[in-house]
Amino acid sequence: MAKNNETKSKAENKEDEAKYPNIPGQPPDESTATLLRELVAHLRQKRSELREEWANRIQEAELLTAMTKEEILAEATSVYDNYVEALETGTYEALQSYARNLSERIIPRGVETHEVIGIVLLLRDVLARSLFAKYRDNFSKLNRILDAYEPAANRIANTVSVGFVQERERVIREQQEAIRELSTPVLQVRERLLILPIIGIIDSKRAQQLTEQLLQGIRKNRAKVVVIDITGVAAMDEKVANHIVQTVDAARLLGAGVIVTGLSTEIAQTLVTIGVDLTKIITVGDLQGGIEEAERKLGYQVQQVDPTKS
Amino acid sequence: MRVPILQQGGYLIASVQSSLSDEELLQLRDDLVARVSTVRARGVVIDVTVLDVMDSFATRILRDIAQMIKLRGAPTVVVGIQPEVALAMVQLGLSLGNLETALDLEEGLTLLGEHTKAD
Repeated sequence: MAKNNETKSKAENKEDEAKYPNIPGQPPDESTATLLRELVAHLRQKRSELREEWANRIQEAELLTAMTKEEILAEATSVYDNYVEALETGTYEALQSYARNLSERIIPRGVETHEVIGIVLLLRDVLARSLFAKYRDNFSKLNRILDAYEPAANRIANTVSVGFVQERERVIREQQEAIRELSTPVLQVRERLLILPIIGIIDSKRAQQLTEQLLQGIRKNRAKVVVIDITGVAAMDEKVANHIVQTVDAARLLGAGVIVTGLSTEIAQTLVTIGVDLTKIITVGDLQGGIEEAERKLGYQVQQVDPTKS
Repeated sequence: MRVPILQQGGYLIASVQSSLSDEELLQLRDDLVARVSTVRARGVVIDVTVLDVMDSFATRILRDIAQMIKLRGAPTVVVGIQPEVALAMVQLGLSLGNLETALDLEEGLTLLGEHTKAD
């Protein structure tokens, strides 16, 4: 039975080979290396033409809009050369370090991940099309060339995209650390009056740290009134709002009143829409108003003295 | 251990000396409410500086004490809640309601002074 099958499949293979004399996967006479060499020679020969086409396609697809046409062409040239070199040598270290270097340069300019993946895929497409054009009349050869080209091209696309994403993640990690290090200062502006300016994103870890620092500050400075300024907080969700409510409650347990200032219109709208109850919290429009209100509560009277009279 | 209740210038000061069991808390409540009327106190300060835990029962009893003393005509201030205790309380959702709080005994007395002056 098994033997029967075997003979049958062999026969089928024969038949297939007759239909497609050079079936992909098993190059009869040329090794992958030879094909790649041929491929690289072709790409070298058509270098300027393909490079230009690639740059044009990038612009057409509206990728890399943050860069000028000249910059795109310059980068395209070096990416192209690195690409061909990686195809030729089969080693990706040079390309990898180039990709990292490129990412380092373009990430600050706001280039997105989809753009980088997009341009690499475009280059792959442009090159594949040129191969189609070249081997149009020799289908079996085209097949073999593509067999050699595809895995290498995929690997290159992979290397570049991963390099970019890794670089991006590294930048994000660094920034996160920088933000965490920017501890929230608790400042005393008058006897018994503290200011807590909050800037940036509040996650639960930061909120906890913030509350602890505020409570310690209240004890240390014997504060009676605290002004929490959230002008620098871009967005607020239910969680963040609840953190602030908790902070206010905790401060109250230590005997300090809290005034929240600097709620933007967007935040005010969000809070009302999601139904967070801030009615128990005193809110004042801006920091100045908050400090004035706090001074009133503490019995301060600020008076402007005419400098000409003194 | 019974919580000592001191009298100072028309104010009663209950100074908690160690962590309290539920019975001791109830005892404190009864003692304070009784003392307020006998000495005609103008205000009560409960000092909880030494407490490093405040559970829901303690919170409720403190609220009750304040309410009862108010019915007998005097304000109550809880003083000396530790920052960690305050944080834990808000995270557990424990609230002292309208009960007034102050940083320490001195602040509490000042606060009571302002209240009785306003009356």
